Amino acid sequence: MTKKNEDKSRGFLKYKREMPARRPVSERVLDSAEVYFPFPEEALKTQATRCMDCGVPFCQAGCPLGNRIPDWNHFVHLGNWKEAYDQLRMTNNFPEFTGRICPAPCESACVLGVIDSPVTIEQIEREIIEMAFKQGWVDAGTPAVRTGKHVAVVGSGPSGLAAADQLNRAGHWVTVFERDDRPGGLLQYGIPDFKLEKHVVERRIALMEQAGIVFKTGVHVGVGADGETLSAFDAVVLCIGATKPRDLPIPGRETDGIHFAWNYLWQQNKRVAGQPLDHVSPILAKDKHVIVIGGGDTGSDCIGTANRQQAASITQFEVLPMPPEGRPVHQPWPFYPMILRSSSSHEEGADRHWSVMTKYFETENGRVTALHTVKTEIQTGPDGRPKFVEIPGSEVRWPADLVLLAIGYTGPDPDGVVARLGVPLDGRGAIQTDGAYQTPVPGVFAAGDGRRGQSLVVWAISEGREAARAVDTYLVGSSRLPTKGGGDLPFVR
Amino acid sequence: MNNDHLLPSEGLYDPAFEHDACGVGFICRMRGEGTHDVVDRALTMLCNLDHRGANGCDEASGDGSGILTQLPHGFLEASCREAGFALPAAGTYGAGAVFLPKDAEQRRYLMQLVESVILDEKLQFLGWRQVPTDNRTIGRTALEREPSVWQLFVGQGIEDLTSEAFERRLFVLRKVLEHAIRKTPADGANGFYICSLSSRTIVYKGMLTTQQLRDYFPDLADPRFVSRLALVHSRFSTNTMPQWALAQPFRAMCHNGEINTLRGNTNWMNARQAHFESPLFGNDIAKLLPLLEEGTSDSAVFDNAVEMLLHAGRPIPHAMMMMVPEAWEHHESMSDEKRAFYNFHSCVMEPWDGPATIPFTDGRYIGAVLDRNGLRPSRYVVTKDGLVVMSSETGVVNIDPSDIVQKGRLQPGRMFLIDLEENRIISDDEIKHRIASSQPYAFWVAENLKQAEDLGPIPPASSTIDADTLHRAQLAFGYTSEDLRMLMPPMIVDGKEALGSMGDDTPLAVLSENPRLLYDYFRQLFAQVTNPPLDAIREEIVTSMFTSLGAQENVLGEGPLHCRQLRLKGPIVSNELLARIAELDEPGFEVERLATLFPVARGGEGLLAALEVLCRQAASAVDAGKTLLVLSDRGVDADNAPIPALLATGAIHHHLIRTGRRTRCSLLIESGEPREVHHFCLLIGYGADIVNPYLALDAIPSILESTPGETPERGDAEWNYIHAVEKGVLKVMSKMGISTLQSYRGAQIFEAVGIGRSVIDAYFTKTPSRIGGITLDIIAEEVRLRHACAFEAASTASLAVMHVGGRYQWRRNGEHHNYNPQTIARLQQAVRQNDASSFAEFSGIANTEAREQGALRGLLKIRAGQKAIPIEEVEPWTEIVKRFKTGAMSYGSISSESHEALAIAMNRLGGRSNTGEGGEHPSRYDRTAPHRSRIKQVASGRFGVTMAYLASADEIQIKMAQGAKPGEGGQLPAEKVYPWIAQVRHSTPYVGLISPPPHHDIYSIEDLAQLIFDLKNANPEARISVKLVSEVGVGTIAAGVAKGKADVILISGADGGTGASPMTSLAHAGLPWELGLSETHQTLVRNGLRSRVRVECDGQLKTGFDVAVAALLGADEFGFATAPLVAMGCIMMRKCHLNTCPVGIATQDPELRAKFQGTPEHVIQFFHFVAEEVRAILAGLGFRSLDELVGRVDLLEQDIPAHRWKASHLDLSAVLMRLEVPRILADFQTNTQEHGIARVKDNELIARAAATLETGEKDAFSVTIENTDRAFGTMLSNAIVRRHGPAGLPDGTLTIDARGSAGQSFGAFSVAGLTLRVEGDANDYFGKGLSGARLIVYPPASATFAAEDNILIGNVALYGATSGEAFVRGRAGERFGVRNSGVRAVVEGVGDHGCEYMTGGCVVVLGTTGRNFAAGMSGGVAYVLDVDGTFASLHCNREMVDIETVETAADQAELRGLVERHAAYTGSVQARRLLAAWEQALPQFVKVMPVEYKRALKRMAAGEYATVEIRHVAA
Repeated sequence: MTKKNEDKSRGFLKYKREMPARRPVSERVLDSAEVYFPFPEEALKTQATRCMDCGVPFCQAGCPLGNRIPDWNHFVHLGNWKEAYDQLRMTNNFPEFTGRICPAPCESACVLGVIDSPVTIEQIEREIIEMAFKQGWVDAGTPAVRTGKHVAVVGSGPSGLAAADQLNRAGHWVTVFERDDRPGGLLQYGIPDFKLEKHVVERRIALMEQAGIVFKTGVHVGVGADGETLSAFDAVVLCIGATKPRDLPIPGRETDGIHFAWNYLWQQNKRVAGQPLDHVSPILAKDKHVIVIGGGDTGSDCIGTANRQQAASITQFEVLPMPPEGRPVHQPWPFYPMILRSSSSHEEGADRHWSVMTKYFETENGRVTALHTVKTEIQTGPDGRPKFVEIPGSEVRWPADLVLLAIGYTGPDPDGVVARLGVPLDGRGAIQTDGAYQTPVPGVFAAGDGRRGQSLVVWAISEGREAARAVDTYLVGSSRLPTKGGGDLPFVR
Repeated sequence: MNNDHLLPSEGLYDPAFEHDACGVGFICRMRGEGTHDVVDRALTMLCNLDHRGANGCDEASGDGSGILTQLPHGFLEASCREAGFALPAAGTYGAGAVFLPKDAEQRRYLMQLVESVILDEKLQFLGWRQVPTDNRTIGRTALEREPSVWQLFVGQGIEDLTSEAFERRLFVLRKVLEHAIRKTPADGANGFYICSLSSRTIVYKGMLTTQQLRDYFPDLADPRFVSRLALVHSRFSTNTMPQWALAQPFRAMCHNGEINTLRGNTNWMNARQAHFESPLFGNDIAKLLPLLEEGTSDSAVFDNAVEMLLHAGRPIPHAMMMMVPEAWEHHESMSDEKRAFYNFHSCVMEPWDGPATIPFTDGRYIGAVLDRNGLRPSRYVVTKDGLVVMSSETGVVNIDPSDIVQKGRLQPGRMFLIDLEENRIISDDEIKHRIASSQPYAFWVAENLKQAEDLGPIPPASSTIDADTLHRAQLAFGYTSEDLRMLMPPMIVDGKEALGSMGDDTPLAVLSENPRLLYDYFRQLFAQVTNPPLDAIREEIVTSMFTSLGAQENVLGEGPLHCRQLRLKGPIVSNELLARIAELDEPGFEVERLATLFPVARGGEGLLAALEVLCRQAASAVDAGKTLLVLSDRGVDADNAPIPALLATGAIHHHLIRTGRRTRCSLLIESGEPREVHHFCLLIGYGADIVNPYLALDAIPSILESTPGETPERGDAEWNYIHAVEKGVLKVMSKMGISTLQSYRGAQIFEAVGIGRSVIDAYFTKTPSRIGGITLDIIAEEVRLRHACAFEAASTASLAVMHVGGRYQWRRNGEHHNYNPQTIARLQQAVRQNDASSFAEFSGIANTEAREQGALRGLLKIRAGQKAIPIEEVEPWTEIVKRFKTGAMSYGSISSESHEALAIAMNRLGGRSNTGEGGEHPSRYDRTAPHRSRIKQVASGRFGVTMAYLASADEIQIKMAQGAKPGEGGQLPAEKVYPWIAQVRHSTPYVGLISPPPHHDIYSIEDLAQLIFDLKNANPEARISVKLVSEVGVGTIAAGVAKGKADVILISGADGGTGASPMTSLAHAGLPWELGLSETHQTLVRNGLRSRVRVECDGQLKTGFDVAVAALLGADEFGFATAPLVAMGCIMMRKCHLNTCPVGIATQDPELRAKFQGTPEHVIQFFHFVAEEVRAILAGLGFRSLDELVGRVDLLEQDIPAHRWKASHLDLSAVLMRLEVPRILADFQTNTQEHGIARVKDNELIARAAATLETGEKDAFSVTIENTDRAFGTMLSNAIVRRHGPAGLPDGTLTIDARGSAGQSFGAFSVAGLTLRVEGDANDYFGKGLSGARLIVYPPASATFAAEDNILIGNVALYGATSGEAFVRGRAGERFGVRNSGVRAVVEGVGDHGCEYMTGGCVVVLGTTGRNFAAGMSGGVAYVLDVDGTFASLHCNREMVDIETVETAADQAELRGLVERHAAYTGSVQARRLLAAWEQALPQFVKVMPVEYKRALKRMAAGEYATVEIRHVAA
């Protein structure tokens, strides 16, 4: 038995970073499909060769899941996809999601980034899991033995799914409650298809059902009589997300034509999925002058969606100053930096403006017609904290037909299940828990954005996994479920 | 005898680790009667060996010296008459030399006891004579412990005994006395010791300097005190607590060297004594037990064993051959008969292994043996009138050259013997032939000793295990992903151990919060200073890995059954071979299987019960005649977990030793647990005879599956793995200087860290374990956790995940690393942004992690001291940083950019950077150069060590060991030897460089003292520092180093280290600095030596807290290596050995070097931050300077978090012990070392060469020289370089003629322009580091011996020489030209290992060579006169060289030119003879040409390297 593989030790010197190409803008804005072309297997193996197999893999510290990145890169380099997949699945229930929509803090932390462009970790992750699905290696994870314990997971977003998957693997009977008509939470109805095609989500949900997880959709736990059903469970995990959008309480806000991004994106996802939308009035961008307030990922998703709806123009505001293209001094490698990031949606067309604060909406006949803004700069206030100061004379009027507010979420819905179970919120408005993800209400746990505050999908999965381990320990005294271990890189602001 | 002579252990100091090394010698008259002259000259010889001994803090107290002579009957008869009793005829009485207490009452009690025992033993008490002593000159310490010295006389009584029988009776008497007195109340026994008791010989010895011996014992000056022989010894103890009783000679021998395997030899001997049987002793045999005086010294115990063999009927040469066999295993030209003798005796006893010259005598024979590797010098002279003088050095006794018939040296493994009855020297061949043919050994061996081949063909591995079963077994035995991905593949694929870099920054097993294998609690010991490590690769001929199974017979007898054993080539066996052995089951080979499992649910109590059962089962199996005990952990299931194989092995091994059964059986370990080299080392070190790692072997097919690159077939892979393990074990053995597996077995060359006393005492008896630790309960819990992984997870199969390991690379959930993403990121952020808050983040994390999961210092807390003071009152940071140094990282291992950045930073700070062992570019020598390294390192490879290099130093550091791989030499892989590196190292581009494991001029402590002396001569203004690595006993070594006159002692922690190293060494050798530093400080203070030296500490120092703890534990200065590298951008890639460092630090690749982003400012920032933290701590304690902190261990207290499930068992009180000693001893470096520079001969040379030094004018003069004139020409050379620059003077400027015997290190580092001639001979280290001078040695004109047949210069000539010439008319000893990189030399014969590790220059040998010529030779050429055509087949190590004829005209001209000049310079008869018939002579020469060198020369000739330009950073 002999085989030949290139020595990987100088791969990072030989090869440059390479990503799959995106489909032409003109073509992709006409559909809602994936924006990237497929990537050849050989090219991907070459990219894996760039991994230096570091003595201290900062990428793993940068990854909130603790993905064993050098280990799977090693096996991809060898073409041993099965082993690569085995390494990947140890830390990540859903690589098919993070492989597509993660901002990849691992790549910000990649050591190769010190001297060159980092390894294409996210792309490699995506290809490993797709290969695993193709080869049929992805098993449902049906446990051999059941503990007889029942756990309710409230919410089927990434943290709920992760918690459910882990708890089910540990042998508990898991029921997932979802108030919408399909499970997946923001994966299903928040993220546009061009970033995450829904069959990818459905594929996973189907597997989980096959493994014995029960999904109860259309059940809004805590509203109506359903709250009572939770008492039948040995433990409850609240993975209800941070769904309360941050509002912009300025004059004219109540006018028609101003919407929270979530509502806009939710509609479009339903539409793409071919689901009826008869009970809501449609929000559509076609031929409209669209202004997106908020420079984050959600704002970016709005831009992509609006372009696909053939908006007349799209403008994006961000209250913060334009970030630098390179790392700012105070956010050195390996920390996750605030830099100028341009998504595929930006590539498709949008006018971006920074240091812009909206002062009021101009309306006509109950509809929004324009925005009035002012430029700001950041100054240090008397309390030593930075604050926005308006620059005199910088007022601008922006005509607009549709305004989308994508300025974040403040926390979980304080009513509903939270109120029903009597779970207290903390000062930030997030669900209060101890170090083991348990709320002050015994047997009630929380994970994900609802506990952590608005964050990344990858953090949501991580929270779901860790919480599952805590629940498992609560139920049976100890847990053999894995934990990612310590070592997370801090956020440096 | 009682143990009073040893101080009790206290704190970390333990007298068990004392070492000694010595000057030895003897004189005898082969013919005629005894004379007083023999005694007198022997005493003179001893004085001339004074520099090989040492003194304590109290200069007048020697470490011990003594003399053994024949009984001077006339003198004694007269003296006894004066004492009031008469002696019978010579030979019919025995005389004892006895130390008795000074207290008269105690003495009377003991004397009465002695007298009554003599009567009980049916001998006749004749009388006591008090030996006159004069203690006026002896030192205070010696005086405090001075005994009352007596002689005891014992008659034969009524019986008429033969001399041998009488000696035997006296031996029994002495043993009975020793045992009887040990039983008396301690007070009564105080000070009792019998130096000798014999009818033939007597010993005078004491805690005396060589000069004092003569004065102290007026007897020795009495002209009636005559003898035909005199054996003398002068001791250099590493400790200044030497004892009167441990002075030598002992009863049958004295010893210069060290028995490395003492613990094992002692255990085996103790196990054997239960089976002692001898018709010569009959029932008396029981009276001898216990035979060994444990707790004394290695030499004393060796003496006990020799005596036993001797009195049980073996002639003393026979006994010595058994105990110190020559390296016969790979000796092709050894006679069959001798080989059979050694083979037979290897079934009877394991070698007592270690460097040793052992002069011995039984009164009839006198002689000496040298260890198999020839690591001690032994020179002899025979005169025309039959006087034989043998000693560590030549020239120690004045002998007229015209009287000399022979000058020789003792060769490795050879015996030099004089028979005083036959009045002649008996050659090694003759005596060994005589002994080897005394029994039909060859026949016995052929009939009884079964070989592996006799078992028939062993089938190849074929069994397969399903993946799930394999996986589960791996989980149960704690396999990690790293084991399968990093550790095992190189072993399986390449047959090599994996390499790693950047030290080990993971916690000790006991500090880890993860379960760890029991192996991880043990650290390998290694040789440093007091004995040399071996090079098991280059010097493989002295090693042996065979193992024998079966029972050992009575060691006192001999017969065919003694060798009824099964001989295997190595200790690691395949599943199939083990199965075949287990099937043997025939007489002598009966098998018993013992299951080493325990019910996991029962925890520690279940484990204890299981061990007790196992021990009982093993004992009854032995009683039932079973000789092969298979300890097997097959059969692990849901209920039964494996007992750690090491625990099972240790438990049974020690139980069988204690009950006298161990030698009756072999232990065969069948275990799924061992996989790393370290595991096997431990199993063997604690008694395993063979190990079958069945699970590691079963894992091979799946590992091959997932390994990149070309992989071998399974059978080859299995062979590779076994081979790699065996090579690894050999390497570990050789780090301790042990050459045979037989001696390593059971030698327990380990220290435990974090194992509690109860476990150690029961299962690892006498293993040091100084800070307590885990119990059986914890061990059981660790097993349970692993077992649970495999079996509890069964219910959720998909969750059974293998642990990541994380030992070698950081991983989440893996072992903690000090350098992890957070600490590295914060440190780099701090220095780059000059951000104190980021540094506070960094040090906060580092200190917290140290407490929660890191280092021992994390378990210590600094007590609140006096009132805090404002920080402004503390000395400024700029003062503190002057104590900081950067670590020794060679130019070559790291890039010039990073090497120079460090130097620039340290020079700006007023600290010191260190060259490392790769030399330094001459452009950096200038004292004003901003990138000069103030510390110049001298390591075993001596790369770039020239006079100019040394002269440019402020401090010269001798690297004895390095933290990452103590006991091994550095290596620079070929791909990093770029031309600019090769230039600085005086080597060839792209030829890999290997430093020898030992310094070949340091095989013992007195050799180190010599090197310190040499370097002090080379640069009298530089401080000399000695770098040691923390291990148990390092304190006593440091004490020896202080006595060897080092100015600075560096205690390096084993966790540091930046170089490439085998993972076994990286992870398992050496200790953290906390232990080593504390032990060192305590021992130095205790011995009053602390005041003479500065103590430095390094090893993962990172924060102000680290520095403060180190200071509190006794450090004055502080070294940092990893942290400054990280500050400059190192991201702990741990690929230093691959030349692919992505941040341009540990690489020479220009493309990668361009990516280096570090600056001197980064380093300065780092040290600034650390120093500020130190200031804050000082202020908090109310101290104004760091000096006030040093040694204030009382300010530290133990503070272990209670939740630490393992660490909470530790007890650090030994580390924190503060000795109460007089102020004068406790103060730190109040005195400087007295190097004796003012007394060296070179002062005279410099004065006489004043004119030449001034103007460079030509001159010549003559001087006399003695063996005490050492490092001749060295200080003169320093003076030349200082005046005239690195190039020295023009050739032929100054010629000095010296007449006599040159001392060691003649011409060391001497420079161009000098010609140094010796008419006479020279000792060891001739031409060490030669830097351009011409050295010439020839015998005196009056000598009549043939120079070419005699030894003119000692061992290890031209070590590390870089340029110059040497012409030696006569033969040289072992290792001529070792590491020569440029000298051209002619010599008329050399010993073993000639031209070893040579990288350049040219050596012509006009005579025979010993074995292993050219081992490790990668450059230069040698021409050897191969008269009998055996050179290629028997003498040359051809691994790296080709043997060619001298064909080209250029070669012929070069050779002839050198021979002609040799003839002209030395008057060589041999050279003239050859030149007279050159055409006939030429074909007899062979050219030894290194293969890689030839290739490089070709490439150079083709201009391949021409374009490379050497770039230097402008500061």
